[in-house]
Amino acid sequence: MATIRTEPVTINLGPQHPSTHGVFRLRVTFDGEEIVDVEPVFGYLHRGTEKLAESRNYVQIVTLTDRMDYVASMSNNLAYVRTVEKLSDIEVPERAQYIRVISVELQRIASHLMATGFLLNDLGALATPLVYCFRERERILDLFEMLCGARITLSYMRPGGVFQDAPEEFWSSLNTLISDFPNYLDELESLITTNEIVLARTIGVGLLSDAQAIDSGVTGPILRASSVKWDLRKANPYEIYDRVNFDIPIGSSGDTYDRYYVRLQEMRESIKIISQCIEQIEPGPVRTETPFFIRPPIGETYSSVEGPKGELGFYMVSDGGISPYRCKVRAPSFINLTPLRDMLTGWKMGDLIIILGSLDIVLGEVDR
Amino acid sequence: MTSTPAFFVSFDSLKILFTNLIELFGLGESLGWSAGLLAGISISFLIINVMVMSTAFYTWFERRMIGRFQVRRGPNRNGPFGILQPFADVLKLIMKEDTIPDAADKPVFTLAPIALLAPTLMIMIVIPFGTYASDQAFLSNLNIGILFIVGVTSVNSIAIFMAGWGSRNKYAILGSMRGAAMLISYEIPMALGITSVLLLSGSLAMTEIVRSQSVWFILVMPMGFFVFMAASTAEMSRTPFDQIEAESELGSGYNTEYSGIKFAVLFLAEFMAPIVTAAVVTTLFLGGSQGFDFLPGGIWFAIKMFVLIFLLLWVRSTWPRLRIDQIMGFAWKTLFGLGLFNIFLVAVEFMVAVKLGHTSDGSLTTGYMLTMAGVNWIVTIIAFIILANFVGKKKYHRPEPTPSPLANMGAGGD
Repeated sequence: MATIRTEPVTINLGPQHPSTHGVFRLRVTFDGEEIVDVEPVFGYLHRGTEKLAESRNYVQIVTLTDRMDYVASMSNNLAYVRTVEKLSDIEVPERAQYIRVISVELQRIASHLMATGFLLNDLGALATPLVYCFRERERILDLFEMLCGARITLSYMRPGGVFQDAPEEFWSSLNTLISDFPNYLDELESLITTNEIVLARTIGVGLLSDAQAIDSGVTGPILRASSVKWDLRKANPYEIYDRVNFDIPIGSSGDTYDRYYVRLQEMRESIKIISQCIEQIEPGPVRTETPFFIRPPIGETYSSVEGPKGELGFYMVSDGGISPYRCKVRAPSFINLTPLRDMLTGWKMGDLIIILGSLDIVLGEVDR
Repeated sequence: MTSTPAFFVSFDSLKILFTNLIELFGLGESLGWSAGLLAGISISFLIINVMVMSTAFYTWFERRMIGRFQVRRGPNRNGPFGILQPFADVLKLIMKEDTIPDAADKPVFTLAPIALLAPTLMIMIVIPFGTYASDQAFLSNLNIGILFIVGVTSVNSIAIFMAGWGSRNKYAILGSMRGAAMLISYEIPMALGITSVLLLSGSLAMTEIVRSQSVWFILVMPMGFFVFMAASTAEMSRTPFDQIEAESELGSGYNTEYSGIKFAVLFLAEFMAPIVTAAVVTTLFLGGSQGFDFLPGGIWFAIKMFVLIFLLLWVRSTWPRLRIDQIMGFAWKTLFGLGLFNIFLVAVEFMVAVKLGHTSDGSLTTGYMLTMAGVNWIVTIIAFIILANFVGKKKYHRPEPTPSPLANMGAGGD
């Protein structure tokens, strides 16, 4: 049968576009509604974080890490301070480690809530699930405010511990939050998980096979959604993760639905971790005394944590001075974009948006 | 027209008024012809203003209600409960610069908002609001009322394509291409829904359709109501069928390039559509202005419209959007089939009624209509259960996740 000849059209999705989660730009070639080719263009939010780090001292760099993945500052702080601690052999008090894990898991929930909310927004749900997610995220931000006075750019952690101990009212609020949260997740699931339209839109869309996922270096919920059971918290336990019990939720096929559902289950696991931490935590100091200017010995190191978006690692080279000689960030959002082209080709315009949404990128981290 | 209360304005009563006025000034010889024209202009003025005002308040209502659905407040700053918000919006839009892109096809670009608004307003001509004496329409009791509506709504797809094509913007073109495909497809299930109504009422006139509903047609044929409702939701391109705008995909779709007063007009047409649709559905399926005696028919009509608008709003604020191919599939595979099945069902029942003599003056008796309602509800529920469980759900079965053999947890080094 003869078909009508069509002409591909190239569209710039972004940098100003409602669903590119920032200033991401995709040069997409469409054949009608179908995607023929995708070329991601980034760098619109490049602030030279890594270069700036070379002219700051080791404590000041904490504030730079806040502004990378700005919806998960705690995780960035942790990844950074752990690298500095490893570089200069600083011991961290046990209580500080527990507080770090609690705050990082809270941050993971907050980040996953945003990912879920924006994915639903990308699906066209007129912001209703997004606002529901934000309502709960707000409570987590309130907790952060109690910890350190800030809500988004936290700078809570220091090499050697955390900036201050958690106040009394933090613990009571945290207890109410973790007792409420499973119910809230059930509510969210009843709104989304069994919704026929969500299922029709997400199941089988944007498949990423396990081999493909490993080859392209993706980490975090996206890797686990492709049924690869890999989590740094279990594979290479840091802080006190070896003392708590939790499961690693995995998906069955690696489609958009799996990526959504893995995040949802991870939030439940985070709640489990936090409640175990609350039981185990004991009074004590929260910060090791460090010199005002930390001068790590000459050398280099790499250390990584399981951030909300994947393996967040810092590679740092010290020349013995008060600021690092070189600082390189392994940003999960950036590396998770590697398989984007393979995932998008052949799908339709509407799928492009939700596949990108399910990758959960933050442009502050992609461009750094 | 003596039985019409003075406050119900209709074309006929206005024409009499103007004829009398012209006679009063002794101009009957030279200007007698203009009574109809003046009456038409006055009634159009009235309809347009009433519709624009009600759309303004509707936008306020929608934003407030969606605010409630989304655990926030919605506009509450301008006037009591933020009721003056639409006026602030319109003033802002009027004062903004009216830009036309250089590459735009200027006449098409300029005409598109008008071409979108005009048909929406024209539908109101044939809607019978009142029950005074004879169910009266505002302007005209056309004997092909419903056909007029079907014809006039078809213009929408042209207007949206004009807007997209005239803008010379790729997002706008994508939006309007989707619009052209979708709006034309959904006209067929919509027409099928209407056809089943016509089978029972035996007339194309809106007033006759209302009069024949001794039992509301939503009770008699729920499937027809569903088909018509779904199709008209798509026709006005609201969630889950809002492919034309698709905010998260196309920026703003066909109206990306519009600003200022032109955007205000597009916006007006878009928000007028739910009101007009609710009016049409009320007439076709909810017994129009029928109701209990303690309130006038116009009020009952408004209440029914309000309920329908609320239903549309609820759907809009809850559901995500379908993909374009799923939308087209829904039109052609599901709604088309259901619409045909509904017509078949109603036609068979009508034939049985004629054979058994359950008709009076060519229309069905109330008792028989109630029997039909019972049968059709059962059939509809069974059909939906079959569709949902045996056709729809199968493909969503998820296997239990098994860890990939490629994963090697525990072997990880630092």
